[in-house]
Formats: sequence, C-alpha cells, structure tokens
Amino acid sequence: MMPLFDFPGGIHPPENKAQSSATPIRQAPLPPQLHVALRQGMGNAARPCVAVGDRVAKGQLIASADGRLSAAVHAPTSGVVTAIAPQPFAHPSGLPELAITLDSDGEERWIERQPLHDWPQRSGAEIRDFLAQMGIVGLGGAVFPSHLKLGVSPLETLVINGAECEPYISCDDRLMRERADAICDGIAVTRHALQARQVLIGIEDNKPQAIAAMQAAAAAHGFGVVAVPTKYPSGGAKQLIRILTGKAIPHGVRATEHGVQCFNVATVYAIGRAVLHGEPLISRIVTLTGAVEAAANVEALIGTPLDQLLALARPHRDSHEVVMGGPLMGFTLPDLAAGLTKAGNCLLVKSPALFPPRPQAQACIRCGDCASACPVSLQPMDLFWFAKAKNFDKAQQWQLFDCIECGACSYVCPSQIPLVDYYRFAKSEIWAAERDKNAANLARQRHEFRQFRLQRDKAEKAQRLADKAAQAAARQAASHSAAANVVPADPKQAAIAAAMARAAAQREAAPLPEQHSSGLNDAKQAAIAAAMARAAARKAAADQAKAASGQPPAPPPTSSGLDDAKQAAIAAAMARAAARKAAADDARANQQPDP
Amino acid sequence: MSQLLIAVALMLLLALLLGAILGYASVRFSVKADPLLDKIDAILPQTQCGQCNHPGCRPYAEALAAGSDDINKCPPGGEDGIRKLAELLGVEFKPFGADAPQPKAKAVALIDEATCIGCTLCIQACPVDAILGAARQMHTVIASECTGCELCLAPCPVDCIRMIPPGSELTNWQWRYPTIPIRNVSSGATR
Amino acid sequence: MTAIHSTHIAKPATVSTVMLKVLAALLPGIALSVYCHGVGVLLQLLLASLTALAAEAAMLRLRGVAVLPALKDLSAIVTAWLLALSLPPLGGWWMIVVATLFAIIVAKQLYGGLGNNPFNPAMAGFALMVVSFPAQMAQWGSPQLPLDAAAQWQWIFLHTLPAGSVPDAISSATPLDVLKTGLRQGQALAGLLPQSSAQGLIALGWLAGGLWLWRQKLIPWQTPLAMLAGLLALALPLWLWQPAQYASPLLHLLQGGTLLAAAFIVTDPVSGASTPRGRLIFGFGVGLLTYVIRVFGNFPDGIAFAVLLMNMTVPLLDQYTRPAVFGHRKGRS
Repeated sequence: MMPLFDFPGGIHPPENKAQSSATPIRQAPLPPQLHVALRQGMGNAARPCVAVGDRVAKGQLIASADGRLSAAVHAPTSGVVTAIAPQPFAHPSGLPELAITLDSDGEERWIERQPLHDWPQRSGAEIRDFLAQMGIVGLGGAVFPSHLKLGVSPLETLVINGAECEPYISCDDRLMRERADAICDGIAVTRHALQARQVLIGIEDNKPQAIAAMQAAAAAHGFGVVAVPTKYPSGGAKQLIRILTGKAIPHGVRATEHGVQCFNVATVYAIGRAVLHGEPLISRIVTLTGAVEAAANVEALIGTPLDQLLALARPHRDSHEVVMGGPLMGFTLPDLAAGLTKAGNCLLVKSPALFPPRPQAQACIRCGDCASACPVSLQPMDLFWFAKAKNFDKAQQWQLFDCIECGACSYVCPSQIPLVDYYRFAKSEIWAAERDKNAANLARQRHEFRQFRLQRDKAEKAQRLADKAAQAAARQAASHSAAANVVPADPKQAAIAAAMARAAAQREAAPLPEQHSSGLNDAKQAAIAAAMARAAARKAAADQAKAASGQPPAPPPTSSGLDDAKQAAIAAAMARAAARKAAADDARANQQPDP
Repeated sequence: MSQLLIAVALMLLLALLLGAILGYASVRFSVKADPLLDKIDAILPQTQCGQCNHPGCRPYAEALAAGSDDINKCPPGGEDGIRKLAELLGVEFKPFGADAPQPKAKAVALIDEATCIGCTLCIQACPVDAILGAARQMHTVIASECTGCELCLAPCPVDCIRMIPPGSELTNWQWRYPTIPIRNVSSGATR
Repeated sequence: MTAIHSTHIAKPATVSTVMLKVLAALLPGIALSVYCHGVGVLLQLLLASLTALAAEAAMLRLRGVAVLPALKDLSAIVTAWLLALSLPPLGGWWMIVVATLFAIIVAKQLYGGLGNNPFNPAMAGFALMVVSFPAQMAQWGSPQLPLDAAAQWQWIFLHTLPAGSVPDAISSATPLDVLKTGLRQGQALAGLLPQSSAQGLIALGWLAGGLWLWRQKLIPWQTPLAMLAGLLALALPLWLWQPAQYASPLLHLLQGGTLLAAAFIVTDPVSGASTPRGRLIFGFGVGLLTYVIRVFGNFPDGIAFAVLLMNMTVPLLDQYTRPAVFGHRKGRS
C-alpha cells in the first residue's frame, strides 16, 4: 500500500450521488436539431469550415481550431447544417455564442473513421496532432485542449483523476464501472504519448464498485488504482496530484515541471475512442440529477439542447433553476435552449425544497472556518475584505489568483457570505484592469510613433521641397534663354507653388505643441479650424471644378480638359490661400485673449 | 580677530567644497527622464484626447509633474484615475469640475462607410493612427486600436463618424459585484 | 436583481447559531456563579442583555442598517453576558448599564458593528469601569451570602440592605486584590490566600463550556492554550523561585476570570488573530501581559488590558503569520 498525502482544508458536504449512480448509462435519444457551439475549448471559438446547407456526416470536422487553446468541433451526427448564427450558450454570462445548427437526418451516417491503429509506433508529437484534430478537451470541466497537456515527455507519473469529489455528480463513477477496459486503453495511449513511468488512478473511496472495476481492468496494464479518502476537493488536479504523489504544485506552475500530468477518466476514455476507433469527441456522459424524478447518467451528443436532455430525467414541478456542473462549482444556466458543450458533466436541477435559497449574508466575524476549509491555505476572510473594498492590489498580494474557486469557503461560512462570487468579481476586475493597461500601453506606443512619423515626414518634406526648388532654379536658369514666356502656365510649377503654399499653411496653422506650452488648446483648436477650413476650401474647389467641367457637354477630362484642370488647380490654390489666411487669423484671434 | 577670520575662511572653504561635490554629483548622477513623469504617464489612460487642454497624455503628465495643472482634468481616467494621481502626487482627491467634461462610458469610433467621402481628415486627427484609408477611398476605424478620444468627430466634414459602446462578449465579460440584499429601514417608518 | 450565487449548497450554520452555542456554553459557569453568588447574577445578566439590545437597536437605526437581522445575530447578548460575568456580581445596576453601553455603542457600533470592531467590546467596557471606578470594581461579592434574592436585588438597585445585614459581608475585595495589597503591605502570602473555593468552582464551569465549544469546532485550541501557557510561563518560574512572594500558578489559573477569558474572551474571532500561528502568539501575549499587569501593575486584574493591548497587534499578526499558500514556499509576505 503506497503512502497517501493530504492537502490542507477540504470539506465533507452530503454526497447525494446515489440518486444518479444506481442505474446504468443510457443513450440519450437523437435530437432532431443540435446547436453545436463553436467555443468548446478555453481559447477562441473554432472557425466553421462548413456552410449553411451542407450535408455533413457524423464525425466530420465542421469547425477547425483557431489558435492554441481553441478546440476543433465535429458533427455529432449526420444531417444538414441549417444555420451558423449566435445561439444561447451554456455560460454564466448568458451571452449568445456562434453555433452551428444541425438538423439530424436520423441516419447516423459516419464519415470514414481513421483510427491510429499503430499508435505504439507513433511518436508523442504524432499522437498529439491526432488528438488536436479530434477535438479532445478535458472533460472534467476545464475543457483544456488535451493535446497541449501531452507536450512534455518523459514524465515520472501520470495521474488519472477518477476522484469525482463534487456532490451529486456520478458520470465518471458510472463510466469507470461500465467501461473500465476502454478507459485503461485510453490510459495506455496517453501513457505512451507521455512516456510516463507510472500511472496512478485516484478514485475517492465512496465509489467501491468503480474502484473494483478499475482494479480489475488496470491489473493487466500495471496501472495503480488508489482509493483516496473522500474529501472535497480531492478531484482538483493539483489536490489529487498532492494526495497521490505528495507534490504540491503552486498556481502558475505546470504539473509537468514536477514530472506529473493529470487527466480525467472521461478524457482518457475519449482519447482511447479517438485513437483506437477514430471517433472524434462528439458525445459525453452527463449526470442528470437534483430535483428530478429519474436521476440518471446519459450519454448525449454534444449540441443536444439541454431542455430536451433534462426532460429525460423528468424535473420536479417546483424546479426553478438548472445548474451546469456540481453544486459547489457549477453555474446557473441562463438559457436551457443552449446545446450541450464538452464541459457539461452534470445538469443539476434546483428546487426551493432541495436547495433552500442562501440566507441573507451577515457580517463576517472572522471565525476562520473558511481558512481552515481552504484547500490552498488562503485567508479567504482577508480576500473577501479586500474584494469587498475593491482593494485589488492587496487581494493580489494575498494571492487571490491561487484561489481555485472550489467553493469550500462559501460552503462553510456561518455568515452565509457568497465568498467565491467576491473572488470572481475581484479576479475579473483585475483582468479588466490588465486589459485596460495593455490598451493604454498600445495607445501610448502608437501615439509616440505617430509623433515621430509626423516629425520625420515634415523633415523629409522640407528636404524634398528644398531639393526641388534648387532643381527648378537650376532648370530655370538653364532654359531661361530658350523659352521665357511659357513659365507661368507650366502645371509643374503650379504644383510646386501649391505644395509650398500648403507647407506654409501647415507651418502657420499648426504651431508645434512644444513651442507653445500655454496656448496649446488654442493651437489645437486652430488646427482643427484650419482642417475644417481646408475641407471647406477643397469642397468648394471640387464644386468649382465640377461646375467648370460640367459646362461643355461632358468632355472627358483626360483628353481636352487640360485647360480646365489648370484652372481648377489655380482655383484650389486660391481657396487654400484664403483658408490659410482665415485659419491664421483665427489662430491669432484665439491666442490673443488667453495668455 | 584672526580666529574669527580663520573660522569664516574655513566655513567658506567647506561650503565651496561641499557645493562642488554636490554640483558634480548632480551632473554625474543625473537622472535623465523624470521618473515621476513616467509614473504619472502610466496612470493616464493614453486616449490622447486632449480633454485636459493638453495635446496628449504626456504633456498633461508633464504639467502635473511640474505642478502647473490639476489632477481632475482627465475624464477618460475616471475618478479612479484621479484617486491614483492623488495618491501618487500626495495631494487631496478632487472631483471633476461641475462644468468641466465628465467621464463617459468607453466607446470606439465607427465610420459610416456609405457616407464617408475619403477626405483623410479623420486620419490626420487620429492621435494613435487607428484609422485606415486613403484619399477618396473609404476609411475605417481599427476598433481594437481606437482609444475613444473623439478627436476624429470634429474634423469630419460629413459627420459620418459615430461613437459606439463596445459590445459585450465572452472575452470581456465580467463577474458582477455580488449583490447582498440589504433591507434598509424604511424611511417612512423612522422619520 | 437576483443574486446568482456560484455555490449552491451551504452548511446550515448562521452567525446566530454560533452565538447561541456560545451562550449555551456559558450556562454551566453561570449556574455555578448563581450557586456561589446568588441570583443577583441573573439580574445582572438580564440588565446587561436589555441594555445591550436597546443600545444596539438604537445604534443600528442611527446607522441606517436593518435592525432586526443584525439584532438576531445575538452578538450583543454575548457581549452583554461576558461583561456581566466579568463585573462584580453584586455591583450597582448603573455599573453594568454604563459598561454595556460603552461596549456596544463605542467599542462595537462606532467601529461599524459586528465584524469591524478592532477591540473586544466586553473587555473595552470592563477596562472603562476599572479605570473609572476602581474602588467599586474591586468590591466582589463574598461567597455564600446570607442575603436572599429580594435583598440582593434591593442591594443592586438601591444600594441599601434590609435591616440587620452587614454591608461588609457583601462587598469584600477580590482575592487577587487582597493578595496584591497584602503583599505590598508585607503580609505573608499564606495568610492572604483565598479561603473559599468559589472562584475555582466557577472557573471549572467556564472550562467545561470552553471544552464543549472546542468540541463543536467553534473555538480553536490555539488561543486558549497559548494564553494559559503565557500565564504559566511567568507564574511558574517566579513561584518556584520565590514561593513566598509569588502566588502559585494554580491560583492564577483559577482566580480572576482566567478561564472565562481563555474560553470566551480571547477566542472572540472578530478582535483576535485569525491565523493558526497568529492565534498562538496572540494568546501567549495575552497570558504574559495578564500576569505582568496582575502582579506588577496597579489594577486588580489585567486580562482586559492584556486583551486590548493584544487586539492592537492583530492586524500585524494576521499579516505576518499567514500560512504558506499551497505549493508556495513559506516566508512570502
């Protein structure tokens, strides 16, 4: 018997698993319509690669991963894509997300499945790429793309998480009882990809049948099955790693740096299905429980509308809310029309009878119960104090971001303070501040570059003008004897004059900010006024040009309109000059009263 | 008498020596940029909007560092910004003036592409080069770079630019402050 | 707006149940106190409770906070009872009223009510009385009074006695006070030791209540044990060194409300330290200071001052004794 370690804190809430764990996993009926959300991983939403009207086969790629943390999405069944549009989404925000709506044709026609039969000969990188294509993500709730967790090898220990510590949920329990062999096949693939020396499967000791089944299946492979004491949150990855290996991995450090990696049993099962059978992740096992007549575990297609799924369990008449996830870390679903996501391990129906509303929060009396329940040894009452006072710097100093939001503190709080809500609020405020700061830095950089560019352009322009003037002078001197009478009509000369006029206008109308420190507002106003005047002048010029060119019956300006163009240019120059004068006057008038 | 002179001379010498050392040190160990300036600049939101009557955030930061302007002139920074400035500069918090520009919700500019005549005036006005376009070509705002300074609104000759608040998305969605229902003593009963 | 809470189940505990259990844990001590001092004790408890509730309600209303939910948390009653049990059992009615008013209004509500008071309200009230009325505070009812209930109530309210009673029989000085003045006047220690075991008996009542609270996981073991250890850390060596000059550690443990404080006062979570190491330091400090003030100071008992002094160190203690966060090394503050 290997020695087990303990993690700090933890709670023992009523388990309530028996309701749903008694009956075998059922297949959910094929829904007529599925809403497959494109955001199935942690990162960006996947990019759809089918169009509305396309016929797709079961398991066909319908959206490809977009970026590192994104996950590929496959058609859960065969049918026709009828819409790619925002749909209700299973997220606490209630914000709609882009989803592919699929009308199933009932045929369940698979694409040609291509398993990786020769996986023992494949390298870790090949298996990784294969899993990325198969859209495998962590099914324990975090939906972290699995292939990213296979990056480091060889490893000391591969930890398989079958703890399932949260009350009510029993999907992993049933999976282990019924499909232990398939899970172990998946573990074998994962172990091969990671080159892990040993495999430890941690299961809470309140699931004796699952432990027995897994022991029977794992014996042939040489995996260790370890019964861990029932204590919430032993199913947290870092908590389970601590229990099994004694290694305490802090926030912000990857388990692989300590030679450990942790996978959920459902995830390794999905890995096994993908590698050995060529099936992408298109279904998962969901616990339907809480205030329902027939609590059960069902295997449902991703994208199955949640209300249809719930109907299978026949919710009580007085049920008023549905939680996705467990009673400690789950969130209230804002809309039951949303399709099932890969993260949806449990649908917990709430009724006032079964889940009495939380009493009104009372003052924190600093009893310290939260601190002794905290699995990461934080001081939740201090964090609460800081979050409540919006003192986020202090909250970060007190290591707010080590909080895993397990809800143990909220559970034990005698003052009934919704502590986790405060931490989530503080965290998202800090993230928002970080975003703002990054945006400000970007703006500062761009502004500074613009300043630099303006300076550079001005210098270059001045240089060009000087060069041109010198050239013109030279040419004039050379051709003075040859043709003295055509000079004023030369369009080039006119252009030079216009450019010089513009430069002068700029010089006058836009006094540089560093020259005037007190009258800056006026300078800016003058600049704006000048810009507006210039616009007006240009508009007038354009009108004039139009009028001038409109008099003859639409002559094409390229062939005969040379004269008109010249006229227009002169008019424009004049208008510009007028505008410049006005602007200068304006500027002067504005500047006078201020200093 | 001579003692007095000696004392005076000694003190003078000492003063000169120390003065020279100080002078040398101030040149030798001079800090090039004012660190205070950078700290102030880091607090300012970098919208470069000019609502503080300075042509950008850095000039305002310079004015603040020199003590020649008030800390409540930056509406995009909000009251939070004033609070941070007050803390950094060791002065009292000062609310926005009643007649001064007030902070408003952040928004980004959007060019109505049908109306835009491609005059480039807004491009020239944009302090962060967030508008893309060319003469007589339709312009567009790069929303992720727009600071919401509104400087492009005034120059537009056809008024085709609007400010729109950024939409709620999962990427910028935030958990709210937990609501604790506090039942107030009904004022009708007490007073 | 509906508050969406992210934790959907919770222990059915409330602050009220916690406070109710604390009150229940006081009962054995109270029963013994009534047995030793008479039913006057109950009158004091009643007086203190009524005053505390009235003061709390008035202050809550002034502060614009909902009165009933805050009153229901029973924290005012706990403060009142602790205060009533710390003051002389047969002190005048005005003493308990003044002390309670000060505790609730100044030490608790002016700081923002339950959870925000840096000082233990009961001890603040006690300290006020000890500083302002040292003579009255030193008058402890002598055990096994010949007075019946009616006479006790008459004494508490009117400060008069039925004909034939001797006032001296009621107001003897506290044992600790007797000890201190006696020693200063050069009397032998042996002759000064208390003749009765009333205080010790009551102390056992507090001990029983404290143990029950600990079993209920409502108080930690660190603070009380550390306090007793702090007291003994001075009492034991000094007594061994000069037994004629310094009273025995047992006397210090059983007299002057030491165990009441260990079980119910230093374990006040609001004004005490909240980290395990902080609690050890806090308790130990209270114990040390209590002994120092008792033996070398001018006041009859030092617990109140010791607690208030240590209350001041709590923010610092809590900051610097935070346990290492999971996976992180110790020593990061």
